Amino acid sequence: MYENITYLDNSACTRLDERVLEAMKPYFFDTYAVATSEFGYSMGIEAKEGLEKARENIASKLGANSGEIVFTSGATESSNMALKGVASALRDKKGKHIIVSRIEDFPVLNTAKALERQGFDVTYLDVDPEGKVDPESLGGAIREDTVLVSVQQANQEIGTVQDLAALSKICEEKDVLLHTDATHSFTRLPLDVGKLPVDLVTLSAHTLHGPRGIGGLFIRKGTPPLHKFMDGGFQEENRRAGVENIPGAVGFAEAVKLVTPEETRQLEAMRDRVIGRGLSEIPDVTLNGCRKPRLPQNANLTFHYVEGESITLHLDMKGFAVSTGSACFSRSLEASHVIMGIGGNHERAHGSVRISFGRYNRPEDADAIIDNIKEVVTRLREISPLSKK
Amino acid sequence: MKFPYSEKVLEHFRHPRNVGKIENPDGKSIEGSPACGDMVAVYLKVDQESQTIEDVKFESYGCASNIATGSVITELAKGKSLEDAKNITWKQASEELGGLPPIKAHCSVLAVEGLRSAIRDYEERHGLVTEKEPTTMEVVRRRLKHVMNPLTGLDVIRTDLVLKTSVEDGVVRVVVDLPSDHQFASAIKGDIVEKLEALWDVKRVEIVFTE
Repeated sequence: MYENITYLDNSACTRLDERVLEAMKPYFFDTYAVATSEFGYSMGIEAKEGLEKARENIASKLGANSGEIVFTSGATESSNMALKGVASALRDKKGKHIIVSRIEDFPVLNTAKALERQGFDVTYLDVDPEGKVDPESLGGAIREDTVLVSVQQANQEIGTVQDLAALSKICEEKDVLLHTDATHSFTRLPLDVGKLPVDLVTLSAHTLHGPRGIGGLFIRKGTPPLHKFMDGGFQEENRRAGVENIPGAVGFAEAVKLVTPEETRQLEAMRDRVIGRGLSEIPDVTLNGCRKPRLPQNANLTFHYVEGESITLHLDMKGFAVSTGSACFSRSLEASHVIMGIGGNHERAHGSVRISFGRYNRPEDADAIIDNIKEVVTRLREISPLSKK
Repeated sequence: MKFPYSEKVLEHFRHPRNVGKIENPDGKSIEGSPACGDMVAVYLKVDQESQTIEDVKFESYGCASNIATGSVITELAKGKSLEDAKNITWKQASEELGGLPPIKAHCSVLAVEGLRSAIRDYEERHGLVTEKEPTTMEVVRRRLKHVMNPLTGLDVIRTDLVLKTSVEDGVVRVVVDLPSDHQFASAIKGDIVEKLEALWDVKRVEIVFTE
């Protein structure tokens, strides 16, 4: 039914790769037991081996040891675990201050807000007009009682890449734990925890043509034990209760394996084509985020004088799936906090369109989306009281 | 394909009727703002003798339900007497469109208000309104009937989302029956403030959430 759709919302979720499904299948139909201890039965021992192999492969992509990866149900759980786990582990030992950037994705932002309601003091770090956190202002915000800093590697909406090298150095010097949400950047941008002193990293498979419902949290060895916020069994070395999602973990590892540098370069080429043509061929367009460095799969442009949901609906009827930062499109009826966070006004957020590429896009998709956006925006501007006619 | 709107809404969205400006209109209005995400401009040409709407055009900066309602409201109003046009309700427009999703009610109600404001503008310009109405509790409640509760698609007065209102020295206070961290708290707050701030004698609007 949707085979003719040009799907350009790969930052929200991606199509599963068949090879991932094939890798997962044996763990649904053949080796479907739970992971047992080495003294369990054969099927469980083999399932456990599959799980551990997946963990090793994901860990090695990140430069981590496999014992440092905990599987979760996805990015939301990973970030909840990182922030709430550190907060409750250190509140009586070190303090109740947390720092997050203003443009974090909801799993980090709303967890910080929840902790604030529980009596934590949260600093929401401002970002510059391109969305970057200034390392100096992070340094200035860290206090004696700061227990955790959380700054994403790359932004979900505008693709801004943070200078993690500089930010992690400051946290290391000031002896504060650093969490980074790498949901959108893992495998697409270099991240080596062997080189960067990052303590916790949120990972997810759903952005990588892997299955949804599986993610991971890197927890550097030596990090104070995080408080468990879900009680149950002793799985994942007593760090995350619940029957392990072994097919998911195996699929996640396969998805990680399948990402190649060539593919990432193709995404960058499509991204640059959309940004380049959008800015040069359509009047009154603003690029959200900076040109370089930028998340390889992400383009985000504001088409002034028109509203994003109208753009996305017209595009949907023409067979394109994209998203917008407009209030009308969001579940809370609020304009994108990211566009507002980089100093944009409501109008800039309402007219913003995010185009995110993935494995199943072809180079011609970049031209097709811009051609169609051009037509739709022209039509909507004709009926807009804001446009200069 | 599965679109979030009825066929009729999509049809008006794709091909909105009566779009554009009228040069030297007899009445005009702009409702909403870029900040609230939706804006509608309505222009009227009135036949003085019969007091009927000879022509009506609209412009929209907004989402699909805003554009479609603007379009349908111009169709409903054209040829009607001013009195009849004033009485066109959001419900009528919505029914004409085959229904609108509740969460979209607030975007579409603007178009209905736009038409009423344009008629009022005509009346003010032609001396048909004598004096400005002072803001009372009654006026506040009437205005709030145009703020939609996104949970139900009905207005905040009818759905008892507004617990209390008071007006004192140009300060309007509205108590909303939602916790401040509710999913729709900021959106509803923005909507209420916008509706009440526009009143000529209102200096400040305070919104209080229940916890």
